[in-house]
This record gives sequence, C-alpha cells and structure tokens, in this order.
Amino acid sequence: MREYLLGNAAIARGLLEAGVGLAAGYPGTPSSEIIETLVDLKGDRSMHVEWSVNEKVALEVAAGASWTGTRAVATMKHVGLNVAADPFMTLAYLGVGAGLLLICADDPFCHSSQNEQDSRRYAQFASVPCLDPGDPEEAKDMTIYGFELSEKFNIPVMLRPTTRVSHARADVETGAIPPVRAGGQFVKNPARRVALPVHARALHTELIAKQKAIEEALETAPWNKLTLRGNVGIIASGIAGLYAEEAIRDLDLEVSMLRIGTYPVPAKMICSMLEHVTRVMVAEELEPVVEEQVERLARIVNPAVEILGKNESISREGELDFLRVRNAIARMQGIQEKAALPNTAAGILPPRPPALCPGCSHRATFYAMRKVFGKKAVYPSDIGCYTMAVGMGTVDTCLCMGASITLASGIRFGGETEGICCSLGDSTFLHGGMTGLLNAAYNRARITVAILDNSTTAMTGHQPHPGTGVTATGESTVLVSLEALARALGAGQVEVVDPYDLEKTLQCFQRAKEFPGLSVVIARQPCVIKARRSGARPRAFQVGEECQGCGICVDFGCPAIEFEGDKAKINNLCTGCGVCAEICPGSSIQEVRR
Amino acid sequence: MRTSECDIVIVGVGGQGVILISDVIGRAGVMAGKPVRGAETHGMAQRGGSVINHTRIGCRFSPMVASGGADVLVALEPAEALRFAHFLSPNGVALINTRPVLPVTVTTGAARYPPLEEILAPFEGLCRRAVPMDATAIAKKAGTAQAMNVVMLGALARYIPLKEELILGALCDVVPSKYLDANRKAFSLGKAEVE
Repeated sequence: MREYLLGNAAIARGLLEAGVGLAAGYPGTPSSEIIETLVDLKGDRSMHVEWSVNEKVALEVAAGASWTGTRAVATMKHVGLNVAADPFMTLAYLGVGAGLLLICADDPFCHSSQNEQDSRRYAQFASVPCLDPGDPEEAKDMTIYGFELSEKFNIPVMLRPTTRVSHARADVETGAIPPVRAGGQFVKNPARRVALPVHARALHTELIAKQKAIEEALETAPWNKLTLRGNVGIIASGIAGLYAEEAIRDLDLEVSMLRIGTYPVPAKMICSMLEHVTRVMVAEELEPVVEEQVERLARIVNPAVEILGKNESISREGELDFLRVRNAIARMQGIQEKAALPNTAAGILPPRPPALCPGCSHRATFYAMRKVFGKKAVYPSDIGCYTMAVGMGTVDTCLCMGASITLASGIRFGGETEGICCSLGDSTFLHGGMTGLLNAAYNRARITVAILDNSTTAMTGHQPHPGTGVTATGESTVLVSLEALARALGAGQVEVVDPYDLEKTLQCFQRAKEFPGLSVVIARQPCVIKARRSGARPRAFQVGEECQGCGICVDFGCPAIEFEGDKAKINNLCTGCGVCAEICPGSSIQEVRR
Repeated sequence: MRTSECDIVIVGVGGQGVILISDVIGRAGVMAGKPVRGAETHGMAQRGGSVINHTRIGCRFSPMVASGGADVLVALEPAEALRFAHFLSPNGVALINTRPVLPVTVTTGAARYPPLEEILAPFEGLCRRAVPMDATAIAKKAGTAQAMNVVMLGALARYIPLKEELILGALCDVVPSKYLDANRKAFSLGKAEVE
C-alpha cells in the first residue's frame, strides 16, 4: 500500500517493519518525529520507546538493548551526536548484539540548528557504515537494511537523513509489520563488551579488518546506482542525487550518473565512472566526503580526469537545491544558466522572524531579569525557544546544550565583575545543564542561573522529560523536582517563582542577585501552547481610554499588543497572561470582568 | 522539460494551517496513484515566523519547487504571498488571503506593514492570474475562522490535476469529524471564489 508519509514517519514505519524492540532518542529538529510516530504507532506492541535525558544516554540505552539481542535504535539531531560521540566511537569497536541503528538527522543551512556539521564525517571517523537517503521511501528502506547490515558485520550503522528528507513528504510503499525482534538476555563476553586496553587493541584491529568486507557489501547495495551514458559524469550523494537527476531531465542531457547512498563509498562504481569519463562533477551537500574519495581513486585509475566539486561549482555551506545543481551542470557543459528570479518587490515587506509566542512566560522572566540585573550585566543563554529573545538583551551567548551555566562560570572566573545571570530551559537543564551547575557550585562561581521552566521541551514540539512526570508513551512516572536537584547539586540559594507575577519575580531576581554565591531562580509557568491545548481559559484584557501612548507595553514585545493611532491595543492573539497590565505605568491595561 | 505535473507552493505564518493543505492534496494525489513530493517547515521557524511548504503532484524528484516554477502559489497571508512571489511561474496562479497577520516587527513599531494595494500590485506582471480573497471572513461564514485554510484549499482545488472527490475524501481523513460540516462548507465557498 502507498501512503503519503513525512520522512520521519517513514523512518518510524521502517523501524516497525524491522521489528525494532527499543527506541530511545532526545528531541531535536529535524529528528523528533521519529520517536513521536513510534509512540503513535506503538499500540500494544512489546516495544520500549523512550525520550532519553540526552543523546549519549539514548545511544547507551540502545546499545544495552542491542546486547540483549533486541533490535534497537537511537535517534538524535546532528549536534546530538557530539553529546553521544563518546559511546559512539567505542561502540564501533565493541559491536552489537542484535542490530543497532543510530539515526542522526543533519540540518544543512541550519534551519533549526546552531551549526551544519556533516555527520558522514563522524561515521568515517568511527569507521561505522553510513546510509544517506535521498527521500522518505529510501529512508524507510535503508532503515530496514541498516539493521541487516549491522547484524551481518557486528557493527552499529548510521542512518543520516537531512532536513529535506526528514521533513519531506512522499508516497511510500509500506510493508508488513512483523513481531518485535526481542532477545531478552545479556550474554557475558568480556573480550567483546569490556573495553579494557587489552581488549580494545584487538577490537580496533578487527574493526579495521572488516572495513573491506563492509565496502564490498555496500558496493552492491541498491542505494548506489551507476548509469554510463556520456563522457561527462555526475556523482551525487543523498538528496543531491535527486537534484542532479531532475537537472539532467530539465536540461535533456546525455551524461553518466552515479548516485551514492552508502559510506564507505562504492569504490568500484566510482572507478568505472572515472575510467569512462573525461570530466566529472561531484554534487554533495556540506563536506567533500565523496569528492575526496573520487580524487583518491582518480589518482589510481585516471589521473587525467577533470574533477569539479567544492572548489568550483558546489558550495560547502548551506543547502543545495535543484537550481544550484542545474546551474553547476550547465556551467560545466557551457549551457545557459537559469537565474533565480529576484524578488525585489518583497523589499517593502516587514521582516517576520520567529518570535516568542504571545503570552510566553520567558518574555516576562527576561523582562524581570533585565530590570534587576541591568544593561551592563552578562547574560549567557542556551538552546531552546528562549534563544529567540535575543532582541530583549538577555541572550548574550548560545553555544550548545547546557553551556549557559559553564560559560557563565568561565566568564566570572575570567575576571568579569558585572552581574552574570544565565538562562536555560527545563529540558536543557536536565539534558546538559546539571553537570555545569554542579561544577559552578563546586568551584564557587558567583553567578545566577535562571531555569525557565515551562514544563516541556517546547521548541521541538512539546516532548515530556523527567521534570514532567510523564514518559514518552504517556505513562506516569517519577516527577523529578528541579529545585531539589539544584539544591542537591550544591546551589546556595534556590527559589521558585511564577513569572506571570511580575512583582514577585522582580523581588526573586533581586535576592538572587544579592546572594553572595551560586543562586538559582526557577521561573515556572507552563508553555502557553500547551496550556491552550489543555483547555486553560485565558483571562481577557483591554486598554482603557486613559492610555497615554507611552509605548512601554509595546516595547515589551508581545505580539498581542499593537498600536492603533496613538494608543495601545490588545489584539486577538492575547492569551491573558496579564503581564502587560503589571508593566503599564498608568494601570491602563485592565482585565475585562466577565 | 517538465519534471513535475503540478508544482504548488503554500505559504503563511506558523500556526495558520499551511501543512493541512499540503497534507490533504498530497494524500489525494497518492489516492489518484500519482507520485507526490512535499517539503515542510518545522522547528524554530514555526514560532510565528514565515512558513513555506512545497507540494509537487506527479513528481519523482526532489521535494522542492524551484524559483519561478510554481503553477500555484497559495498564500494564507498577503505579506507572505509577496515574500514568496518569486516562486511563481509566469503562467502561474496566485491565491491570496487578504487578511494580514502583523509580525512582531510591526506591532512593536520597528517596521511598517504596507497597505494591501501595495502588496498586491506586483502580482500584476508576475503571473497569469492573482485572486485575492478575504478567506478569513469567508471561513467565518462557513462557521469558523479556523477553516480559513480550507477555504484556500477549495480555491486551490480548481487549479490542480486531482478530482474534487479525492480532495474531499482526503480532507475527511485529516479533520476531526465534528468540524467536518464547517470544513466542507468552507471548501465549497473557497471554490466559488475562483469560479
């Protein structure tokens, strides 16, 4: 049956068809919908699906399950693999029980990320095979194939979709869903499971030795396709293969084409191509992973061949698309390029950047923070919705998950004498902030840490975490107290406040600022999107005739407040948080009594 | 050489229901036995930002419509119509909801929202036909302003190579049954706007 599926839903479907018994992940765009779809489709299957506390945890949980003979998967976004890099590198040595798949979704162009690192490099670094799908159906089929490959060669396998695969939709052929492949028993084998130096040396030798066999198996995998047609060739990987095929159709050209979907790359196919052509273009997004292999092989089989790639035609940053690849091919062939149409008329439009939602409690927290700590204070921040408050002057840094607290510590130890108040969300704190808080306490950093607790992982689509008391599959579980955690990690002063109560929040930040040590403010208010979905009835507010038009409420930046003539007006986006009413110096914003 | 039977670009503001339109026509396309490709905006950009969705019916290539290649541009918000107008093919059709959603840059006074006439004027030379409509008001007539996207879907239905029954069938699959009557009404009112 053919279904119209999101790439990530197709991958989830592939996991079910592969009989996966455990799935663990940490939310991150563009990977989050894989676990979410599994939760939706799980039904009463005896499958364990979890949101893990972070990516390292997810991969280790998945490895443990694999070692009991249960097919397992860990899902994450590309930067999550940095967190999981420690287990990833050594798992390549130790190998698997049942198949172990790592799904790492890359984000060329940083649509929703802080960098655009290329995970194919990680796979190469770890000597782990990598599958690079071009569309949702390929992603689904590769998911199933990945488990077979993992079991055949006793090695974890990486599936690396990009945003344009994970968040593409396409008609996908779905197959039967077999029972879960569950083992259920851990078999002791210290030589394979205990990475002592004496074992690791032998396992490293084995890892290198099996590369040749993996390469040979991938050579005949259905994801690598070679068509020899003319003396000019194109080698393209992942989605770039689709752009290239569309360009060849559009230009109506006779050229040789090699589509690559696996790493290690199919060296024999590349050599056949290089022996057949006089000029070849390598089209791939981000790093020249394929190109380097093509250059290496060309030195052996055809040193005279002209190789075009990152230096000439294909950018190393951002995304490719049909037009970019088409024009690169056109340039190579001396054909007229097709210019992207300029959109000069759009110059009159106001920008529409993503922004904190109307009524978002983060805005109120930042407002109070800034009022207390002032303009000169330093505000390290973190990864989450709140990064969008960069315009409020309270986001001075954003590096990686949890780095707000550690950067704040380093900035203090580096000699900064102004106030330092850092901010991070509840999910981010649990993911990567706890160790930083422990370190700040231990090393006596005098900083304030604001945990913006909206009781969900909001930016990625409201996934639960240990501070919510609910598991990925909706069962109730232990509700971990952030305040108890902060105290246990050594914070000297910990207070919880409702950011919608502006007066109390200001007082709370004032006490935190004055505290001679490490202070923590937990600003707690459920995410407005979630609150609305759960049926919370908003209060209604209006601006009275007495409004002086001072603009203080508008500067607060809530999209629900606008100016009509010379007076403020509350529009229909208002969620009724009431913070603007507290800010208005003339008390002109009043609740409408119903 | 054409690489897709019909290329559609659907734009709007995060939360307006752009994805529903593409999901319905994509499903209808698959029911018709055609290959369909789509590309969506998720994550950070959704939070009140501009969103763009590409849907290609009868296409086996990449999910993205090229600049200058859209047969239909469906805009749920007028400024977003103009922001993505360069996707329109000269033979294309633009369906534009005229109800503005002010971005935070405008509500805070940092930028100006141009008058509707200024936004719509450039479409004159850009495409074959531009149809402005107050889809939000039409949806209210159908029973709920929330069905604005389905009004636009109804208008879009006339310009895509898919039978109306299939589109309505797919719509029934994705909207909750209690809103079905309002959505059907919104669909037919939208369709009437372009007839």
